Amino acid sequence: MIQRLRVRYAKRGRLRFTSHRDISRAVERAVRRAGIPVAFSAGFTPHPKISYAGAAATGVASEAEYLEIGLTETRDPARVRADLDAALPSGLDIVDVVPVGTGRAGDAPVRPGAFTDRLQASEWRIRLDGVSRSDAAAAVAAFMAADDIEVERLTKKGRRRFDVRAAVHALETSPGEPSGDRSHGQDRRAAGVADAPCAILRMVVRHCTPAVRPDDILTGLRLVADLAPPSPPLVTRLAQGPLDADTGGLADPLDPDREPVRDGAGDGAGPAGDPRPGEAASVDAVSA
Amino acid sequence: MPVQSIFPRLEPLLPRVQKPIQYVGGELNSQVKDWDEAEVRWALMYPDAYEVGLPNQGVQILYEILNERDGVLAERTYSVWPDMEAVMRENGIPQFTVDAHRPVAAFDVFGVSFSTELGYTNLLTALDLAGIPLESADRTDEHPIVLAGGHAAFNPEPIADFLDAAVLGDGEEIALAITEVVREWKAEGSPGGRDELLLRLASSGGVYVPRFYDVSYLPDGRIQRVAPARPGVPWRVEKHTVMDLDQWPYPKKPLVPLAETVHERFSVEIFRGCTRGCRFCQAGMITRPVRERSITTIGEMVDQGLRESGFQEVGLLSLSSADHSEIGDVAKGLADRYEGTNTSLSLPSTRVDAFNITLANEFSRGGRRSGLTFAPEGGSERMRKVINKMVTEDDLIRTVTTAYENGWRQVKLYFMCGLPTEEDEDVLAIADMAKRVIRAGREATGRRDIRCTVSIGGFVPKPHTPFQWAAQCDHETVDRRLRALKDALRGDREYGRAIGLRYHDGQPSIVEGLLSRGDRRVGRVIRAVWEDGGRFDGWSEHFSYERWTACAAEVFAGEPVDLDWYTVREREEVEVLPWDHLDAGLDREWLWQDWRDAVDGTEVEDCRWTPCYDCGVCPTMGTEIQIGPTGRRLLPLSVV
Ligand code: B12
Ligand code: SF4
Repeated sequence: MIQRLRVRYAKRGRLRFTSHRDISRAVERAVRRAGIPVAFSAGFTPHPKISYAGAAATGVASEAEYLEIGLTETRDPARVRADLDAALPSGLDIVDVVPVGTGRAGDAPVRPGAFTDRLQASEWRIRLDGVSRSDAAAAVAAFMAADDIEVERLTKKGRRRFDVRAAVHALETSPGEPSGDRSHGQDRRAAGVADAPCAILRMVVRHCTPAVRPDDILTGLRLVADLAPPSPPLVTRLAQGPLDADTGGLADPLDPDREPVRDGAGDGAGPAGDPRPGEAASVDAVSA
Repeated sequence: MPVQSIFPRLEPLLPRVQKPIQYVGGELNSQVKDWDEAEVRWALMYPDAYEVGLPNQGVQILYEILNERDGVLAERTYSVWPDMEAVMRENGIPQFTVDAHRPVAAFDVFGVSFSTELGYTNLLTALDLAGIPLESADRTDEHPIVLAGGHAAFNPEPIADFLDAAVLGDGEEIALAITEVVREWKAEGSPGGRDELLLRLASSGGVYVPRFYDVSYLPDGRIQRVAPARPGVPWRVEKHTVMDLDQWPYPKKPLVPLAETVHERFSVEIFRGCTRGCRFCQAGMITRPVRERSITTIGEMVDQGLRESGFQEVGLLSLSSADHSEIGDVAKGLADRYEGTNTSLSLPSTRVDAFNITLANEFSRGGRRSGLTFAPEGGSERMRKVINKMVTEDDLIRTVTTAYENGWRQVKLYFMCGLPTEEDEDVLAIADMAKRVIRAGREATGRRDIRCTVSIGGFVPKPHTPFQWAAQCDHETVDRRLRALKDALRGDREYGRAIGLRYHDGQPSIVEGLLSRGDRRVGRVIRAVWEDGGRFDGWSEHFSYERWTACAAEVFAGEPVDLDWYTVREREEVEVLPWDHLDAGLDREWLWQDWRDAVDGTEVEDCRWTPCYDCGVCPTMGTEIQIGPTGRRLLPLSVV
């Protein structure tokens, strides 16, 4: 393996119904179609070296999912972004590609799991059709006022009760549909549902065990304030990353990979993973 | 009239159903054409779950060919699972296409592909959900023409009342021809309505329109005759045969689903037809003659298909793939070309006698040697003579020994139970064969980890085969023989643990038998079963034998026929069979002679290699065998 690329991708619109397995198959095929020289594991049944950091549940849209690909040759991340995106069905979209610093001589090897450690929390948006903004706001206030809210859910280890309040870093109702949002909503608007009441929640939730998922929060809202949306909520993960203590928001988890590498990048070269058109990527520097 | 997508209404309901991804479409290489620009619109259906139906080549080919034409639009639809059916009924959502989520009832033609009869109840679900009257007689000009194709359409009589039309054989050319008829008729302002359109289709000679044929019965229940009910309608409807497969290199852009399906590979049909003459094999009989794709076309199709799909596996598909006249060069050429690219090749449907180890080695080059599959079909030499599967036990042992020597550890053997003239000992012979296989493997390799899996299914006599006259074996006998086989294997201390046995019980085969050789009267049973909740009969978890027997008993009460009459009854030469007016090209006398030869254990040769044995197909259909070798080689393309 010569180069490792970290990829941020989105799952949008009707493709939010893909499961994690569906996505991994689609990515493997897209990698082949795009002619990206992916590395394979050794052994009887070689697998392409593609690994995933978590994954939004089936039915949940996301603007910020992450995977990592190992390549046998160095490739320009910007081209990989474009080629891979073109090879995937639209709705599975490649947002960002950054090379992983493989470390220079003398550096400690990159710790496995280090990247997932950066994904401390997720920012979610939940669209609740048929729920008025004031009902939602009241429920949110009750939720935030509580010290702990126990919900019950079937986990892999059986039925479990756990607190959902502590993991919630922020929760608020947000005004209307943000403009330019491509993730979903078009279809319903077309159906004329847009005139009906609709509340939007935004929240930042820490990753913990057992995972507190958006539907757990909705369960919590039902417990504290009887909030019961009449139709299934539309959930979108907007971001994942390290919690920024100052702003309360999330930083881009790919930023550390973008840091200019020792002398290689030289003056004026942009972040390694994100060359603007006409700009040379600093791939060589990174993988040297 | 603009046709609206039902997706906005469907979307909020999707979180309530299993595997919602199967209903959203958006597969790679799928297309959505403009509704209003199209003059003729097809909805194509594979009447099984998406995971089974999507990979179906027949539907993919027609979808692509139709969409390539200007003014023609084709979309796909599949059977929805019962959970989705309930949600759709509750919310008034009609059967929809996955491409643009348009209601199926809005299309001109609703083409349904039947590779198995067990999809019949699913047809009724789709029609009902679509809001199309179940019976052809109740439809109006508003409704699409409901058209069946695929192998099961060679006897569409059990579903005749639900169909407007059926097509026998290869669909490429006839689908386009039908499109032209519909286009013209629409352009003329749809004169004479639905009836006139069907008449135009029927009088072309290549489309069967059941309502234009009257069936009369004898007092004892047998058919008296089937005759055209209208002037201009032919007495017999012929099957279609595409003669130059190199001219039809489809699919060019295989559909690549997001959802997981049963067949995750790119398949190329390397030839159509099979003249081995296995007497149980309907596919072999109805797809004659053999027509090969040339090595160069195969090479180009594989290259293009892989590039378009990103699949990691190529399947070379046909009824007996090792029989292609240049299979060795095809295999070597492809193995060379894709060496080191982690692309695997597979060769389904290999016959024991055609197997050669060089070929198998090419296919598994650089990869795993997981398992090899052979289909002796009959356990005893005598049984194999009856079914004309010309392979001796020594052949088989030689073949598997070579395979084990070459590194394979696992061999799968396919058999059938309940074949004509079968006795208990013929089935028990399977156990002896399996033990010999293990013994040979252990001797050849000196290892103990040699395995063999015996897979066995119930035999169902099919129309247009020499066994169309045969009595189907009752399910009690089939089950008894299978139990005896199981005991013989399990009880064996030396070999028992090395041999796996997979089998299905006999009851579903009886229902398949009813649907395969049924006539129009069986339609009422299908309807009764469907009304009683029958769905997905090909799935053991949904299939209910009791429901089928109860409905059959109810429907046939007071009639001279019953379930047994259709299944376990042997027919005589003079009996009019429900499909006699549907012409697969096979000469009836030749089939009858072959049936008598079967009972006597006389074999026939393969007409591909030895002189024609006069099955009648070529002269009747104006076709001929098309095989290589072309002598050409595959160019080693560089893969990126
Ligand atoms: C690949 C394959 C499978 C795959 C994929 C199935 C799929 N979704 O397509 C799997 C492994 C899943 C499978 C399963 C089964 N299969 Co299978 N399968 C095949 C195989 C090898 C190739 C099929 C194929 O793609 N043919 C090529 C396409 C292009 O042909 P086609 O579908 O017939 O379509 C053409 C025409 O029929 C026509 N046409 C088809 N539909 C329509 C519709 C309209 C409107 C029109 C106008 C024309 C038209 O036009 C097409 C182009 O010319 C065949 C053997 C063979 N070589 O044919 C067996 C075969 C079709 N299978 C068979 C059987 C029995 C089964 C099973 C029932 C096995 C079992 N007991 O479980 C299941 C049934 C699955 C199901 N529920 O449908 C039998 C069918 C028996 C028969 N009629 O004689 C065959 C012939 C094998 C055999 N020799 O016995 N199968
Ligand atoms: S007529 Fe003769 S040559 Fe043609 S398919 Fe039949 S046996 Fe073969």
